[in-house]
Amino acid sequence: MNRRVVIALLAGGALLALVPWLHLPAFYESILYLVLHWVLLATSWNILSGYSGYFSFGHGAFFGAGVYTTAVLAGKFDWPFLATLPAAAAVATGLGVALGAVVFRVRAVRGELFALLTLAVTFVLATIVLNTPIDGGPGIYLSAVPVPALAPTQPGTFYLLALAGAVGSLLIAYTVQRSRLGVGLFAIHDDEDAAEVMGVPTYRYKLAALAISCALAGVAGGVHALFISYVTTGEVFSITVPLTVILMSVLGGTRHWAGPAVGATLITALLYAFTKGDLALAGKATTGAVLIAAILFMPQGIVPRLLKRRAAAPAAAKPPPVAIAPMSAPALALKGDTLLRATALTKSFFGVQALAGVDIEVRRGEILGLIGPNGSGKSTFINVVSGHYPATSGGIAFEGREIARLAAHRIAHAGIARTYQVPRPFAHLSVRDNVAAAAMFGGASLSASRARAEADHWLAFTGLADKADVLPDALNLHQRKFLELARALASRPRLVLLDEVLCGLNPAEIDDAVALIRRIRDAGTTVVFVEHVMRAVTALSDRLVVLNHGQLLAEGAAADVMQRRDVVAAYLGTAHAAEGH
Amino acid sequence: MTLPSATLLAQSALSGLFVGALYGLIGLGLGLSWGLLRTINLAHFAFTFAAAYLCYQLVSSTGIDPLLTLVVIAPLFFALGCALHWLVQRFEVTPLNSLLVTFGVTAIIEAGIQAIWSADFRRLESHYAQAKFKLGALFVPVPELITLGVALALSFAIWALLKHTDLGKALRAAALDAPIAAAFGVNQRVLALLLAGTCAALAAVAGVCLSLSFTLAPSQIYAWVGVVFAAVMMGGLGSALGPLVAGIVIGVSEALTMAVTAPSWAPIVSFTLLIALLLVRPEKA
Repeated sequence: MNRRVVIALLAGGALLALVPWLHLPAFYESILYLVLHWVLLATSWNILSGYSGYFSFGHGAFFGAGVYTTAVLAGKFDWPFLATLPAAAAVATGLGVALGAVVFRVRAVRGELFALLTLAVTFVLATIVLNTPIDGGPGIYLSAVPVPALAPTQPGTFYLLALAGAVGSLLIAYTVQRSRLGVGLFAIHDDEDAAEVMGVPTYRYKLAALAISCALAGVAGGVHALFISYVTTGEVFSITVPLTVILMSVLGGTRHWAGPAVGATLITALLYAFTKGDLALAGKATTGAVLIAAILFMPQGIVPRLLKRRAAAPAAAKPPPVAIAPMSAPALALKGDTLLRATALTKSFFGVQALAGVDIEVRRGEILGLIGPNGSGKSTFINVVSGHYPATSGGIAFEGREIARLAAHRIAHAGIARTYQVPRPFAHLSVRDNVAAAAMFGGASLSASRARAEADHWLAFTGLADKADVLPDALNLHQRKFLELARALASRPRLVLLDEVLCGLNPAEIDDAVALIRRIRDAGTTVVFVEHVMRAVTALSDRLVVLNHGQLLAEGAAADVMQRRDVVAAYLGTAHAAEGH
Repeated sequence: MTLPSATLLAQSALSGLFVGALYGLIGLGLGLSWGLLRTINLAHFAFTFAAAYLCYQLVSSTGIDPLLTLVVIAPLFFALGCALHWLVQRFEVTPLNSLLVTFGVTAIIEAGIQAIWSADFRRLESHYAQAKFKLGALFVPVPELITLGVALALSFAIWALLKHTDLGKALRAAALDAPIAAAFGVNQRVLALLLAGTCAALAAVAGVCLSLSFTLAPSQIYAWVGVVFAAVMMGGLGSALGPLVAGIVIGVSEALTMAVTAPSWAPIVSFTLLIALLLVRPEKA
């Protein structure tokens, strides 16, 4: 965490807190209030939606929950205004967590579906508020609620409250971005399933981000209720709130904590530049045009665009750092006993049995080859063991502990890592950050700085050290496969599952990979690998397990198993089996 | 709470059917664009209202039949839709970003409408406005009946086009996997432009129907967004008949809710339906 950013934010906030004593015309204080109000709202939206990619169109609901909590408590129950603000945050958070607890459990509700669902929730909430005594229809007047005298003028007080909220939200957004939570959310943004399998507790992280986001929106709503002093459902729960915060965040850049604040300042300034005279319409049209231009020409947003330009200049001069951290060799004393045992494991997809009661034992320190014809259940076995799919029935014991019913991220914590047949890197994270994320969230659970050192070690191990700072898009297939490997190894797993790492590589690259897999085992990690390249299978495997139609066909030393007639028949058909013997 | 009479309920259901047909008609182009072009076109609502205002203007200044204005309006919006989609293609806008770009377009069109026709409510005066007839105990308003007929005709026509013609098959193939469809000789870019134009022309037809029976105001553009999206999602993205069926289901259940409770409760029906559907069967959407 960079202390200078925190100090700069606090110092900037303290300096801006002096504005009410400059005795500017009230008009300016109100405009500055609105700027800070939107900074707070947009930043709060971004903590869930920008970081994790779950675009919420329901920010109006959480904002509205805050507005109405303050309006009801201060307007109808005569609570002191400042005391209503924690309540506004609490109600908005409660609403968000209740919603998230349901919605985030449904795997398929992502992207556009999440956006629509949250929008629908806004309208349902608005209808309930409108038709119950919370509002009842006529709206709530708050002009009688006393405004605490924090500043010489009333607009000054609102300005100070919004300033505190804006600075607070920026500090939170910055802290989140630099924390494990932030790294996890960015991983979710790029590939949620891969993130979960790598060890990111995706459900809890999304819920935590939503809770933070809602609490801040609730505070913004509470303050705004008194600022506008007359609240109606039509205004509060309109589609304008979510669309405006999205516009601001996207314009400024959703992948940077400061992006939404920059966007909010620009848009609010733009809108108010046009209020002088009768130019509101021109303002609206200009905002639309700015939005279109921003998306078309700067889809990443203003802040990342500026940072990229600044970062591009000095990078050329620096030689790539070569630092290999010493690696602690895991104990090999237990070599040979059972590491993982699958018992009567089944997995069916809508009636198709991909695994039909399989018993497989993996011994500590071995390289186990898992082979079989296409559709025999090899990849399904890896997907079930890693928790990507839940098992239909049966058990999996890892180091004596039952893991078949665990969430994927818990299996990763237990010490199992995997690669995907088609590499699934996090597209917006650099190669180093891809590997560092695995070191942070997998079984190793390293701190951010140690994870980066660990990442450099594994990048050197896989020969990717000179690619550490590029995005995965810039890698070729061979390098992407090795990135998958580095990511799996960085969590220091005791068992690594390799799903066709050699597929698509040329003979020289296969030789590289075979040597690499040997070194992985020599470093103490047990390896299970699914493969079709028979040269590599025979070269690498201590033992072979052959699957066919989701059942165990053969098991044993590589040379013995390959001789068996039923194995040859399963691979090449019965005619060939007959010819050969 | 007393239950209203059977006649009142039947009349409510009928008006629900009519307004549901309009939900379906607006949703038709929106869903096709979303499902087959992966463009979530928020500007569809702005197109609908711009067409409604144009129809209002043409009828007020020349006095021609509102339905005849489509001869001018539909091709105009076809071109507009093509132009917008050209932009989306040119910059390879992602589905989520398409929502934002088209929101920008909506803001511009809304400002334009307000500049030309002001923020006041406008109502099309034509010989359709008061036309209605009695069917048993029920009143059947003619403009709404026209809307229902147009919605049915267009939905079925597009359903047949997608299902039974080579053009329709090419469109569906391109939506499933554009590069593979291109490899099989589908000119995906041109097809997409044509479809985007068609969707905008459908928005224009919906706008003319809207102007027959609803008062117009620029702010009303957003009033339709939620419920029409609900109809599209429930009906299935890219489906031709789905939005109409779902729209009518929503319209009728809203109307019955209004008759039994109070009009202000109406929105809860469509959105609760939508939320339930998203949570229970998200893979269908």
